[in-house]
Amino acid sequence: MSGKPRLAVFKFASCDGCQLSLLDAEDELLAIAGAVEIAYFLEASSRVLPGPYDVTLVEGSITTPHDAERIQEVRRQSKFLMTIGACATSGGIQALRNWASSEEYLRAVYARPEYIRTLSTSTAIADHVKVDFELRGCPINHHQLVEVLSSLIAGRTPRTPNHSVCLDCKRRGTVCVTVAQGIPCIGPVTHAGCGALCPHFDRGCYGCYGPAAQANPSSLNDWWMQHGHAPQQLVPLMRNFNGYAPSFRSESERLERMAATSHSSDQVGGNDK
Amino acid sequence: MTLQTGINPWQSHPAVIESITLEVAGVATFRLRLQSEELAASYRFEPGQFNMLWVPGAGEVAISLSADPNGAGPLDHTIRAAGNVTRLLFRQTHGSVIGLRGPYGTSWPLEQAVGSHVILIAGGIGLAPLRPAILALLAQRDRYESLTLLCGARSPDTLLYPAERAEWERGGMKVLTTVDRADGQWKGAVGVVTLLLDRLTLPDPQQTTVFMCGPEIMMRFCALTALDRGIPAENLWLSAERNMQCAVGLCGHCQWGPNFVCREGPVFRYDRIAPFLNVEGL
Amino acid sequence: MTNLPLQTTWFLPRGELSRLIETLRADGYEVVGPTVDQGAIVYSEIRSTDDLPKGWTETQGPGQYRLERRTDDAYFGFTVGPHSWKKYLFPPLVTVSTAERTPDGWSISDGKNDPPKYAFLGVRACELAAIAVQDRTFLHGPYVDPVYKARRDQAFIIAVNCTQAASTCFCTSMGTGPRCTRGFDLALTELPAGFLVEVGSPAGEALAARLPLVEAAEDHTREAEARRQNAVDQIQRRMDTTGIRDLLLQNLEHPRWSDVAQRCLSCTNCTMVCPTCFCHSVRDVSDLTGDQARRERQWDSCFNLDFSYMNGGPVRNDVRSRYRQWLTHKLASWFDQFDVSGCVGCGRCITWCPVGIDLTEEVAAIRSSDGLQRPPVSPAAT
Repeated sequence: MSGKPRLAVFKFASCDGCQLSLLDAEDELLAIAGAVEIAYFLEASSRVLPGPYDVTLVEGSITTPHDAERIQEVRRQSKFLMTIGACATSGGIQALRNWASSEEYLRAVYARPEYIRTLSTSTAIADHVKVDFELRGCPINHHQLVEVLSSLIAGRTPRTPNHSVCLDCKRRGTVCVTVAQGIPCIGPVTHAGCGALCPHFDRGCYGCYGPAAQANPSSLNDWWMQHGHAPQQLVPLMRNFNGYAPSFRSESERLERMAATSHSSDQVGGNDK
Repeated sequence: MTLQTGINPWQSHPAVIESITLEVAGVATFRLRLQSEELAASYRFEPGQFNMLWVPGAGEVAISLSADPNGAGPLDHTIRAAGNVTRLLFRQTHGSVIGLRGPYGTSWPLEQAVGSHVILIAGGIGLAPLRPAILALLAQRDRYESLTLLCGARSPDTLLYPAERAEWERGGMKVLTTVDRADGQWKGAVGVVTLLLDRLTLPDPQQTTVFMCGPEIMMRFCALTALDRGIPAENLWLSAERNMQCAVGLCGHCQWGPNFVCREGPVFRYDRIAPFLNVEGL
Repeated sequence: MTNLPLQTTWFLPRGELSRLIETLRADGYEVVGPTVDQGAIVYSEIRSTDDLPKGWTETQGPGQYRLERRTDDAYFGFTVGPHSWKKYLFPPLVTVSTAERTPDGWSISDGKNDPPKYAFLGVRACELAAIAVQDRTFLHGPYVDPVYKARRDQAFIIAVNCTQAASTCFCTSMGTGPRCTRGFDLALTELPAGFLVEVGSPAGEALAARLPLVEAAEDHTREAEARRQNAVDQIQRRMDTTGIRDLLLQNLEHPRWSDVAQRCLSCTNCTMVCPTCFCHSVRDVSDLTGDQARRERQWDSCFNLDFSYMNGGPVRNDVRSRYRQWLTHKLASWFDQFDVSGCVGCGRCITWCPVGIDLTEEVAAIRSSDGLQRPPVSPAAT
């Protein structure tokens, strides 16, 4: 990179929360702004410069035919493309539509659904173009974002820890809410990044950062089913902001199949080993 | 051993990069000098040992010394740009300062090998940790029956130390090379380095010592070939690699069976780690 | 602190326990001990007896812990919880080195290492054993860890003998308890009227001399013995440790490893709650300018994929190999490295595993089918 690296931030189907995380990084924002040339970042500046861009941050998922084309052009203009947040990385909360009929949704929500052109699915950026790095979270952690940007500016490959939330609970001395209070928590299969925020406030993790590396959600759900939870109660735990991430997705679909079977045979729980 | 007995085992010491010499594509030799003259004068290492090099902000990396162990010379480290830290090392320039602590780990048993035929087997960058042993062996050439270096690499242009290899031959070491993929000019062998060992005439297998350094699979097969050829297991030595973070047996990362590779290794006698060499994912 | 014969036993009336805490605090110690927080009995700073879990106990089982009320007002009527003393001796996060860019390159210095003087109140026998195990790692090897040493050298240890056991306890199998025999300055056995006090070190003796102790009556001694026996009698869990090192290292390809990998979440909880697990990683943290950098040491775990990362990928690339690493390290190769078992039988890894994996069961399963899958014969023997 000659001169300052050129930074671009693009938005797809999302709530803008991840872009705001960058703007929230008040302590570091000026330093970042000084170290890069902000070429495209509508949330922050109306100045728009053409590509190519050295580092592109992509927020949001692909939900319309237009966006499916636009992401291709963004990729062409970007040397290093990084997704930020659950929508871009796994399809987001809007990927719940992938298990439903989007046409029905359209009819329920819009007075004139015929004006809406949308895809029947919400999918991750990586399903459409090559992604160089994924920053997890709903929303992303701005400390991690700053660290990743610092790495890129310094010429290092960014790396964020891919261990479970449990490790962070233990490091900060938080007592396990599942073991001590029986609260279902998917921290053991969830990617770190939040600093184990929810368990610290006495509630279970609901998976904002998506599946941890080589996560094993089936075992966790089997355990809960052995302890009185019905599979249909567990589906929503897997189907949250990262419900369409492969490992959570296949697990929620397994639970649904089990729920169907247990209804027909009137058995709740089980050992699906 | 001044550096090892410091109060803080993580205490790195500033070292100046005196020169960076490109060896082959993506591999360079970094010549380092400890900034403290006192430390530089007292620093000693054994062939096979390694240092921890620190690029502040990026991290530390374990790098075997490839320097001449005879006397207090410059500290050469032949490094391949592979990860974050090594890539940043390649962006340093002459005069840059980095952190250094060491030396750590076990060394090649040069004394034990006295009077025997010594075969050194290197795969790729594995020649770098063997270089100090080669120089030490050549410095006392008459104490060894014969010296043979078997060198394998992916292609002719990735074979390390081309000029020096000729020098080593003149000094009394037989040097055989092989590559996976030859080019038009290549006159050496083609194929895995095990083949060189297969074809080598062994005048006295019982009195032969083998030092190996390269990919684990290469060393596994070379060891089996050596055993096949009648070289005793206790005469086979290899240099292992694991994720080393503390280098002092405290952090747990480099465990391999019961061994901390940083402390019980990197140089192991084959029969002591053979049970673990064939277990996947240990 | 060790090797002092257990001498005369003393008695501290219940109402005087506060004097012990006050005296230590007056001597500049930060007293840490059990307290109720977050639905469990954890270790935290103790300013007075009000902070202790008076009248509380717990029940434990695989993957389960519940705080419960006792029918009496015992201060130490429970076993061990999610925390261990390692959080004080081997803190989860410390800076071990710093570097600052200067015109001449980098100026490198040590991380600050100026810990408080801790007094541990309520250390159980298995925990004394765990501290002794970590002493071997951090103090008695070729390299000494300055972070651990600075904390350990100053620590004052008040042990408490268990008078009950949890269903997850198996210290009797590991030979570590429940009786506290060494490694403490003072050891207490709680009775309704007060505490039987044993002195374990000169420092303990000096402190005892300043407490309102009376000589223990025979009744006290007898009752304390009965209560300690109660803990022994309650321990149900067993681990057969006969030849355990060879058993595990000779069964590295046992099918049980794949079986447990189906259940294991690789979430690191067992290693984090283990009072002897010492693995950590060191990473660089720098500011955006890159002119300041520090090396931070954090608790890490062999269950993390990145733990064994090398160029070319992780060495232990599946849960099977990572669980195997943990169990064989803990129960087998720890002997090679430190001449002691890495397991003290506290049962924390069983309780705090979110899916209740029980290492005693895993070992039993391997033992019951030992030799099913021997590793390839060592080439050394051919």
